[in-house]
Amino acid sequence: MIKRLTWRVATVTEIRQETPTARTLVFDVPGWPGHLPGQHVDVKLTADDGYSAQRSYSVANGDDGERVELTVQRVGDGEVSPYLTEVLEVGDQIELRGPVGGWFVWRPHSSPPVLLIGGGSGIVPLMAMIRSRGKSDTPFRLLYSLRDPGQLFYAGELEKVMAGVEVAYLYTRTAPPDAGRAPGRIRAADLIAYGWPPETAPDVFVCGPTGFVEAAADLLTGLGHDPAKIKTERFGPTGG
Amino acid sequence: MGIISRAFQGRPRDHDEKLPPGQYLVHDFPVLSAGPTPRVPLDRWEFAIDTPEGEVHRWSWEEFQALPQETPTVDLHCVTKWSKFGTEWKGVSLDVLMEDVESAAEYALAYSHGGYTTNLPLEDLLDGKAWIVYEFDGEELAPAHGGPARLLVPHLYLWKSAKWVKGIRLLNEDWPGFWETAGYHNYGDPWREQRYQGD
Repeated sequence: MIKRLTWRVATVTEIRQETPTARTLVFDVPGWPGHLPGQHVDVKLTADDGYSAQRSYSVANGDDGERVELTVQRVGDGEVSPYLTEVLEVGDQIELRGPVGGWFVWRPHSSPPVLLIGGGSGIVPLMAMIRSRGKSDTPFRLLYSLRDPGQLFYAGELEKVMAGVEVAYLYTRTAPPDAGRAPGRIRAADLIAYGWPPETAPDVFVCGPTGFVEAAADLLTGLGHDPAKIKTERFGPTGG
Repeated sequence: MGIISRAFQGRPRDHDEKLPPGQYLVHDFPVLSAGPTPRVPLDRWEFAIDTPEGEVHRWSWEEFQALPQETPTVDLHCVTKWSKFGTEWKGVSLDVLMEDVESAAEYALAYSHGGYTTNLPLEDLLDGKAWIVYEFDGEELAPAHGGPARLLVPHLYLWKSAKWVKGIRLLNEDWPGFWETAGYHNYGDPWREQRYQGD
């Protein structure tokens, strides 16, 4: 039976600042049907004259009852993201429906190693996968491309040693002194040094701005990864 | 009307009748696809239409270029909420490609390099509603946007306009495609906001 995705009222219960321009919003969503890591939701804001605006955001947390976390990056001339990152407060309500998308998802029972490649706020759905890994013995490797250390999402959580999850930071502009890698965009050497070899047939998830995803996916296929094993999700420059 | 979001203003209300419900206007051209961008060399490019009765029609790149061309200017509506007005394309109308195809089929499945598929009723491809396009904005179509050639069905959400299109299979029964089996609406009319199953 086809079930309609209905709009649900979501109440903000907690807000965590990730960077000066991004924050994680924790919502309580009564009736939430649960989600898979990698799925997204539609958010709807309504003004008092009835005008409304909708946008899609990836879910950042693993399936956790009626709790839904979104991490939103402010887009300069955006309409929705400035509201979500600067105006919304604990106790406020918005509308939300989902989960949406049955493709860019990691199903915790799947067994091949997992390679996650995120650029900027493209880390969000990948973090949901890491958080859903739990006690699974599937080994994860994350390549996280970001402009400089100040842009890091989930700093405390990623820096804690997680058994079975290896994290490599690819700074594109400014790297900390101990980085061990010259700043620059993702290159084949990064995938060789920090990824899985194609022979291990990993499940690959790439998420980020279009240029980043195009570059990473081309590098992966160039190294011999099966295109059918590479799932991508692109955030255009628009979307705010 | 939904619940009011405290202190939400939104953009100035320049309500545009060309904008379907829930959409917003963009001026760039975002890219969305589910996997790596396939690179298709023109000397190996081919477009095919086949029917349940067993007919197959094929065109090489040269044969395809020799067909009568059209230059549609259309509005695009992506299910991820952005719309883009007045996009200019060059390509071949499906009416031209279907001219010699004889079939009782009522459904179509477009399929692409890279394995993508999308389904639609055959009538949505006919009567000036759909094209196979290979130029955008006066330039050859970039691989990221579906080049060398993509399907263009602008009256439906953009996922129906299959990138890197390789052929169209006519079918007696509807056969849901890639996104249609992943929770998205089977038909995808932006004016009825048919985004997801059950909408």
